[in-house]
Amino acid sequence: MSDTAARWRWGLLDLAVLVFALTPVLWIASLSLKTPTTLGDGAFVPREWTLDNYRAIFRTDQFVQALVNSIGIALIATLVAVVLGALAAYAVARLDFPGRRLLVGVSLLVAMFPQVSLISPLFDIERRLGLFDTWPGLILPYITFALPLAIYTLSAFFRQIPWDLERAATMDGATPGQAFRRVIAPLAAPGLVTSAILVFIFCWNDFLFAVSLTSTERSRTVPVALSFFTGESQFEDPTGAISAAAVVITIPIIVFVLVFQRRIVAGLTSGAVKG
Amino acid sequence: MADIVLRKVSKMFGDGTAVVRDVDLEIADGEFVILVGPSGCGKSTTLNMVAGLDDITSGDLLIGGERVNERAPRERDIAMVFQSYALYPHLTVAENIAFPLRLARLDKPSVAARVAEVAALLELESLLDRRPANLSGGQRQRVAMGRAIVRRPRAFLMDEPLSNLDAKLRVQMRAVVSRLQRRLGTTTVYVTHDQVEAMTLGDRVVVMRSGAVQQVAAPRELYERPVNLFVAGFIGSPAMNFLPGMAEEGRVRCPLGDLPMSAPLARDWDAAGRPARVVVGLRPEHFEDSRLVDDTARAPGAKFEAEAEMVESLGSDTYVHVGVEGDRVESAELAELNAEIGGAALDSNRNRLVTRLGGQSAARVGDRLRIWVDASRLYLFHPDTGARLGA
Repeated sequence: MSDTAARWRWGLLDLAVLVFALTPVLWIASLSLKTPTTLGDGAFVPREWTLDNYRAIFRTDQFVQALVNSIGIALIATLVAVVLGALAAYAVARLDFPGRRLLVGVSLLVAMFPQVSLISPLFDIERRLGLFDTWPGLILPYITFALPLAIYTLSAFFRQIPWDLERAATMDGATPGQAFRRVIAPLAAPGLVTSAILVFIFCWNDFLFAVSLTSTERSRTVPVALSFFTGESQFEDPTGAISAAAVVITIPIIVFVLVFQRRIVAGLTSGAVKG
Repeated sequence: MADIVLRKVSKMFGDGTAVVRDVDLEIADGEFVILVGPSGCGKSTTLNMVAGLDDITSGDLLIGGERVNERAPRERDIAMVFQSYALYPHLTVAENIAFPLRLARLDKPSVAARVAEVAALLELESLLDRRPANLSGGQRQRVAMGRAIVRRPRAFLMDEPLSNLDAKLRVQMRAVVSRLQRRLGTTTVYVTHDQVEAMTLGDRVVVMRSGAVQQVAAPRELYERPVNLFVAGFIGSPAMNFLPGMAEEGRVRCPLGDLPMSAPLARDWDAAGRPARVVVGLRPEHFEDSRLVDDTARAPGAKFEAEAEMVESLGSDTYVHVGVEGDRVESAELAELNAEIGGAALDSNRNRLVTRLGGQSAARVGDRLRIWVDASRLYLFHPDTGARLGA
């Protein structure tokens, strides 16, 4: 009896959280499907359905180019951050080198640093180096802030892998590099995917850096491009277009998580050693 | 195939503590050598140094006549079986076994042939497509062995490979390991803390304590002629009984009474400078229920009375634990052994002996027994150095 009651209680709680989190998302999706005349009617389910908003945003170069920028910048930053993060995390988890604690502390500091206070210096630095309004101009700060995150998640995963596996690989004739690539990295795959997703979402969602360090469509990402959307005339609010664009940029994240969900959850190391 | 030679091999930590001190050992080609000792005695560290997983602080390690101190494990051409098996969980059994061959860049047909051969040898054919998570302990153990032998290395190193198995499986796998080693004829170094494994598997056994080698000998020799108190106490189950004694011309006084010294023992005592204080060692099987002893048949002995505190009847034998009044032996080596076995000192003025009596003995707990002791089989040890007189 108490079991069923507990299940109901948890079910209700889950439902409340779900409603709280998903209502705004559904609201935006609903807005994106409404015609301009019914936009302000306050109905949750659109009375007149249309895909015009989606057609409109894909007709403009502004949005398409921003989408390309967003995908490219986020993917490159994720790849670099995860590869570097994996190597660093492995060192942190496995080696006892002088300054290990310092490294972890400093990376924590970087992650905690208020980003907004770095904007003006970064702006100046990037202008002088010619990085302003370029892809690398965004990729570099993204990596800087994503790396501590990657090091943290990955070192936790590496620590779970039994050290004997690495020793066994060494005895089987592997170089340290081979042992890492062929034994450790595959076992840390769930961790690699998890941190890749986290880093990707961080880059994908960023607005602050993107708005400050870009000025043209050359490198402007979607969150910023959204804020530059204008209506047909100055009296028209581009609510429908913005909503459609917001839905479009949410889709990759959802796909990403759905595809890798099982890998994230699966405990791959079971059966490695006795137990 | 290769011999392995350790010359004055030592391992120190940064703070100067020695884990392994001046180990000298020559392992012949094809020999099966066991490193045995209580935990923390340095046996695993010694094995890891031979493997190349731990650095050697000083001394020389020669494999096949070449000094290999500075070589990486992969350049030493030796395989290792780990206590945890250390199977790669993301690979199937076949891939696990093939792993060393893949690293050696052997072509695919040869890899497949070698894996099949090893799988047949270890009866793993039906498991080749499984992953380690879906194997039983014994199966995982066999896969770990397969991964070691598939490469045909010059030597095998095994670090307590059977200690994660249950007792019955351990006995079976012991036979498998032994047969395999004889069949392949590969030099093998095997670490264990289990003295039964040590006695049954090895051509020779190396007993270690606190990072130093105590004795290197064949199992029988180790049992019959231990060099010191530690080896005498460690090898044999139940362990040898130790009593304090006072040696005189022709006899030893101890809490059991006066035991006559045999002629060879008297010679050893003489040669050792006739120390008065000695430690008397008696193995459990050298006692007998006096009712089962034919007085005329058995030569020099002595009888004593003691109370049976615990009786374990195994059918063929009866183990009787008896208490005997008197001082106990004080010795660092024995204290260490006791700590390892978990048999801490109970009373300071009472000796507990374990005796192995015939299965027909009617001894029961609480009985006062008359026990005969075979004095011709007694061992004498120097109480300060722990060395056996005559060793």
